[in-house]
Amino acid sequence: MKPEFSIISEWIEPGSRVLDLGCGDGTLLSMLQRERQVTGYGLDLDVGNIAACIAKGVDAIHTDVDNGLSEFNDQRFDYVVMTQALQVMQQPDQVLLDMLRVGRRGVVTFPNFAHWSLRLQLLMSGRMPRTRALPATWYNTQNIHLCTLKDFEALCQELNIRILERRVSDDQHRNGRSRRWLPNLSGQVGLYLLDKPR
Amino acid sequence: MSESSSPPWSSDSVGLVSPRTLHFDQPLELDCGRSLDAFDLIIETYGELNAARSNAVLICHALSGDHHAAGYHSATDRKPGWWESCVGPGKPIDTNRFFVVCLNNLGGCCGSTGPNQLRADNGKPWGPDFPIVTVRDWVRSQQRLMQALELPRWAAVIGGSLGGMQALQWSVDFPDLTRHVVAIAAAPRLSTQNIAFNEVARQAILTDPDFHDGRYAEHATVPSRGLMLARMLGHITYLSDNAMADKFGRDLISGNPQFSFEAEFQVESYLRYQGRSFIDRFDANTYLLMTKALDYFDPAREFGGDLASAFERTEAGFLLVAFTRDWRFSPERSRELMRALLQAGKSVSYACIDSPLGHDDFLVPVPDYLKVFGQYMHKVAEEAGA
Repeated sequence: MKPEFSIISEWIEPGSRVLDLGCGDGTLLSMLQRERQVTGYGLDLDVGNIAACIAKGVDAIHTDVDNGLSEFNDQRFDYVVMTQALQVMQQPDQVLLDMLRVGRRGVVTFPNFAHWSLRLQLLMSGRMPRTRALPATWYNTQNIHLCTLKDFEALCQELNIRILERRVSDDQHRNGRSRRWLPNLSGQVGLYLLDKPR
Repeated sequence: MSESSSPPWSSDSVGLVSPRTLHFDQPLELDCGRSLDAFDLIIETYGELNAARSNAVLICHALSGDHHAAGYHSATDRKPGWWESCVGPGKPIDTNRFFVVCLNNLGGCCGSTGPNQLRADNGKPWGPDFPIVTVRDWVRSQQRLMQALELPRWAAVIGGSLGGMQALQWSVDFPDLTRHVVAIAAAPRLSTQNIAFNEVARQAILTDPDFHDGRYAEHATVPSRGLMLARMLGHITYLSDNAMADKFGRDLISGNPQFSFEAEFQVESYLRYQGRSFIDRFDANTYLLMTKALDYFDPAREFGGDLASAFERTEAGFLLVAFTRDWRFSPERSRELMRALLQAGKSVSYACIDSPLGHDDFLVPVPDYLKVFGQYMHKVAEEAGA
């Protein structure tokens, strides 16, 4: 189980309605169904993932999140979750707004492009950095909208989105002291709990 | 050398099957205001009913289908049942786990009470006097069948196209008797264009000089030209533009134009063959009834046109499957169903399978389709204790 998921699980109130964007094979939702008694749906673009979700007892909708969430009514869910998918979206800002239209709260996780190891690689080699979390080369990566924690927080401010919780972690999702002091330098993954004052 | 003694079918076939007919003697009220005093339904079943009677699933057939969904009626049968790709041991509708029931619907022409059957009161064929039946009527008759088989509920009601529509109607009309619905290549109702195609098919039959206002049996004839045209038209809508091009191209059979109206392109001979072979196995009056049932299907109608309200009471879980190249009931039609179910807060999964054929894909073993369908049915089986 990804440690990222256990942090998210802590944030989700029991019995909530959850929508998971880019749900993959349904691991997170099936865990939330078990541990938090949530109901909800996963959305994914890959039909193999839809089959995997169904196998786990997770309701899954085969769809492209880039086409928007127009099929869902306002405030239909307690939480709209998107783990490690913001950076592959065509319009991350629109997705964030749509998430907080459809859901009361949003949960977003993404790789922090300002992590020191990435900065160091770029500084020393002058080439696009590659890490275990971001292994693809620049020309075949799906990550078309990478950002840093600071970038993300600036966008939230611009969109009038409130950050209720922030956690950063390294790739083992340890939540050490340095990550609390210098999150944008030491955190590999940013986890955010969001809402939007209405 | 002696003939091989192994059966002609593979180990994932239900093998040899035989239909049986159930008689129902309680009147069945129909949507049109008329009623049937008594009726017969011909059915096939595959697999074993478990002790808890919890593993029964119903397969509903589409426009030209029947009760023979899987297996063979004799060792010399050339073709298995119409859904052999999905029904059998280890297949999505796994006959090792489920007790599978499939029937020929009322108004059909394969043994259930319908236009080609004799009336009890005067011993003549029903012909055009058979009442126009609706999807709701079928579901009501299928519920009688469920009772006759002493089943408490269906673990799932399953169908493609018009069959999927019956499965959806089950969840609306008998919410507590329908645990799951699998609706494949279906739609919440026909589009205007769908109805237009049906009307042309009906006109082909109705205007055939051999139709005799539907009393062709009494005239010892068959409106074969009309039925053939109707079937040819249907087949055009079952395949995508690409699939037709890939299958038949536009090469001339004889290499050069013959400047005649004989079948010169392969697609012409394909359609003629499909049309001709249909005459031998199908009844024109039944074709009229089936297209009418399609046209009238609209579960939202009684709910002020609001599909989400129609699904409000259902307790079922839903699997919706569409095919990318299907233009008869396109993926957008399945999404309409999905939206309504999401709005009603129901348990629903949806997959759109990328495959070339079009509407006919629901009959074909497309790997992604079988995988999604199989996983869903696995869940159904687990829940049913099958």
